[in-house]
Amino acid sequence: MTLSPYAELLGLTFDTDDRGHPIVTMPFAGDLLGRPGFLHGGAIGGMLEMAAWAALRAALGDDHATIKPINVTIDYMRGGRERTTFAGGTVTRLGARIANVTATAWQDDRDRPIAAAHLNYLLKR
Amino acid sequence: MTAFSLPPGFDPARFFAARIGGHGSRLGIGYQAHGADWCELLLPFRDDLVGDPARGVLASGPIVTLMDMATSVGVWLKRGAFLPHATLDLRLDYLRPATAGRTVVGRGECYRVARQVAFVRGIAHDGDPDDPVAHVAGTFMLLDAAA
Repeated sequence: MTLSPYAELLGLTFDTDDRGHPIVTMPFAGDLLGRPGFLHGGAIGGMLEMAAWAALRAALGDDHATIKPINVTIDYMRGGRERTTFAGGTVTRLGARIANVTATAWQDDRDRPIAAAHLNYLLKR
Repeated sequence: MTAFSLPPGFDPARFFAARIGGHGSRLGIGYQAHGADWCELLLPFRDDLVGDPARGVLASGPIVTLMDMATSVGVWLKRGAFLPHATLDLRLDYLRPATAGRTVVGRGECYRVARQVAFVRGIAHDGDPDDPVAHVAGTFMLLDAAA
């Protein structure tokens, strides 16, 4: 997969987890910091958007629909610390024109997310 | 961001001039203007912020960062002090793609400070505030407030 320049800037890598679902990894870098000691909410938000996008692309499979984001809502649950962050997405509904997707980001424990996002996408075929 | 001694009140121009490193700097976000409860920041177009190389359009992530920062500064201005807070939630409506090559302006406003939560809103535009690229609404948890 060819990464976008912005995904490269965040240092993202795209893999799949043990169930075959896409997982995005963002190693810690000083360029990702907001307030001292914590990842910037915008970097976490950008990463969540990429995880949601990867989940939707995987769900679409061979369907090369154009994906346009309509909106995103991000909840920040815990501060992101100076370590590797992971994110994964779930497509909650894949319709003809709209896709609803959620994504969560975590560090040490997937059950203790640092942030979660809900996104709506417009699909153009 | 905590090590500076700032004059009474909060001056975002000084804040951004004194800033070293961090994600906002990496994206090239800078200060433009402010008022009593609002701030305008600039996100100049850069090739490394592109999300869709085929169309040369900015990724949405840098706009999330821009609006998180602009609304955050709005809270410091409204409270008149550089007090700790954390983003609780942020919602962005992507009204249209930003035009390739154009600087995006993010205007964030804090319209209400309650005891523990600050409420913010804003727009991002690429030249015409009446034709925004994104609309934002969000909240910040005030970390200095008594529980």
